[in-house]
Amino acid sequence: MTRAQEFVRSNVRNPNAITYFLLAISALFFPAVVQFATGGSGDYLVGLAADGGVYMLMAIGLNVVVGFAGLLDLGYAAFFAIGSYTYALVASNHLGVTPIGHSLHVPFWLALFIGMFVAAGAGALLGAPTLRLRGDYLAIVTLGFGEIVPRVFRNGGVWTGGVPGISALDVPKLPGWFVGPWVGLDFGWVPDFRFTSANLTAYYVLMVVLITFVVILVNNLHGSRLGRAWMAVREDETAAAASGVNTVTIKLLAFSIGAATSGFAGAFYGAKLSYVSGENFGFIVSVTVLAMVVLGGMGNIPGAMLGAIVLYFILFWLLPNAPQQIEGLASSLGLGWLNQSTPDGWPGIAEVVSRSKYVIFGLILVGIMLLRPQGLLPSQIRKQELKHGEHEAIAAPRQLQA
Amino acid sequence: MTKRFGGLVAVDNVTFDVEEGEVFALIGPNGAGKTTMFNCITGFYKPTLGTVTFRNRNLTGSPPHRTAKAGIARTFQNIRLFDYMSAIDNVRLGHHCRMHSKLWDSLFKTPFERGEERRITEHSMELLDLVGLGRQAENYARNLAYGQQRRLEIARALATDPKLLLLDEPAAGFTPQEKVELMELVRTILARGITVFLIEHDMRVVMEASQRIVVLDHGEKIAEGPPIEVRNNPRVIEAYLGKSA
Repeated sequence: MTRAQEFVRSNVRNPNAITYFLLAISALFFPAVVQFATGGSGDYLVGLAADGGVYMLMAIGLNVVVGFAGLLDLGYAAFFAIGSYTYALVASNHLGVTPIGHSLHVPFWLALFIGMFVAAGAGALLGAPTLRLRGDYLAIVTLGFGEIVPRVFRNGGVWTGGVPGISALDVPKLPGWFVGPWVGLDFGWVPDFRFTSANLTAYYVLMVVLITFVVILVNNLHGSRLGRAWMAVREDETAAAASGVNTVTIKLLAFSIGAATSGFAGAFYGAKLSYVSGENFGFIVSVTVLAMVVLGGMGNIPGAMLGAIVLYFILFWLLPNAPQQIEGLASSLGLGWLNQSTPDGWPGIAEVVSRSKYVIFGLILVGIMLLRPQGLLPSQIRKQELKHGEHEAIAAPRQLQA
Repeated sequence: MTKRFGGLVAVDNVTFDVEEGEVFALIGPNGAGKTTMFNCITGFYKPTLGTVTFRNRNLTGSPPHRTAKAGIARTFQNIRLFDYMSAIDNVRLGHHCRMHSKLWDSLFKTPFERGEERRITEHSMELLDLVGLGRQAENYARNLAYGQQRRLEIARALATDPKLLLLDEPAAGFTPQEKVELMELVRTILARGITVFLIEHDMRVVMEASQRIVVLDHGEKIAEGPPIEVRNNPRVIEAYLGKSA
């Protein structure tokens, strides 16, 4: 048997391998399929997918914190904001209008990593005093941090542009880029390429590359001594310490790496939107990303990615389009009268659906969690934990140390 | 050494030395302060008074991971394994403080990291064989039988490459056959140049396995010496059986 055959054989029944494979295939063909299906006007959808990639990056990062190390972080969007603002400061004219008086235009590729490192630093700074806390207490502190950071940016006056934020950020540039029928040109190569909103496919491709890069690195971490130590700390901190693991450093690393991923995503987000504002990083972002991780399968990278896709699709495509769709459906079923608003208070079915958007969202979440309590694609460990969970209550309590 | 919890004196001015290469036992009735002693030595508690010195190094109050790195490993009275990690991963984790891969190595899976992982996997397998769990390597720790869990915990402790191994009631709940096997294991560990320090209730194990014994009662040291002496010490008999009329 050749090595390739062996590789296929050993992975063909592994749900993670299958998911990675399907994700890669769909990432590859998504733009082409969308353009084909919409007759060439699918740019908007490709751009939407690139934005979804931002959430996917965050889900992968939060999965390190919550899934691997078991630290509940409810303020994850703060690092996203820090990454975005860092990018905005080092890659726009904005520093010129601050007391510094001299603007910076760091190239996108470098600024991406600056955003990442600043966020990682912020993660370490927040983590150092708080990671001695356990469980619920840590969650509350991170919740506070997540509220403080966007507020600081909103009230940062001239430094952060206040409520309107910072606009006209630099866009990524490359020495060259492929063009082809998908942008209405012949196959070719354009030099000195600038990413613009006219070519969202470029952002999409960039996002796929970044995600691939991050997934490989995080996957390596998961299988290393660090990943093992995270698991151990999550399972039993006391035993981990007795086995020679410095639990504080290990947790700090998880926190920082999660923050770094979020900062990375934030810098990309700032560049693509070419605009940052404190309004974009609220609690709802943290909760959405957390929901993606939990729903996808905590502690499993492809699970978190799948969760990100599903939730993003529901939140940013399904629900916004639902009112129109339901109107169409009602008409075709001969229930057109449902679409009209009536004087006795019926606002029309589209309006009803649009108003109850979050109720529907909540119901979908509850439904998925009832059907798959371990998440869509659980890690083996979580599966076992859940299976045995009911027996745990009967077993003797294992608390020893104060 | 003294350890007080508020007004309660758990360990009261107890001093002893463990000699290199011996099996040393700490015994005493329930609540005598034996486990507190262990927790002070391994850094889970900070002694109220007194010092912990190990191979001429002052370890008083240093955190658990540092005492582990200094060469003191321990097991727990109520087994504390990583339940949802495989047996071999439990042992691999024990190597953590002896590994040199940095964050960079882990991120990029450098040849150094791969080599180190391969070495510790081999060594973990050896340790599992040593405690007789070679065939359970891939099983979750929680799915092992009780006696196997106790032995896995010893394997994990050995993985930290200790000079001194602290066993907290290793024979608790064992069948006579398992106790014999345990004593054999203790001898093997000793032969590897590791000093063994155990807390045990089972007198047969203590008397047969150990060279020297310290007896605690209500946090105070009431006897110290070889098994035969301690067994006949009137204060020890009193502590265990009560005062005879």
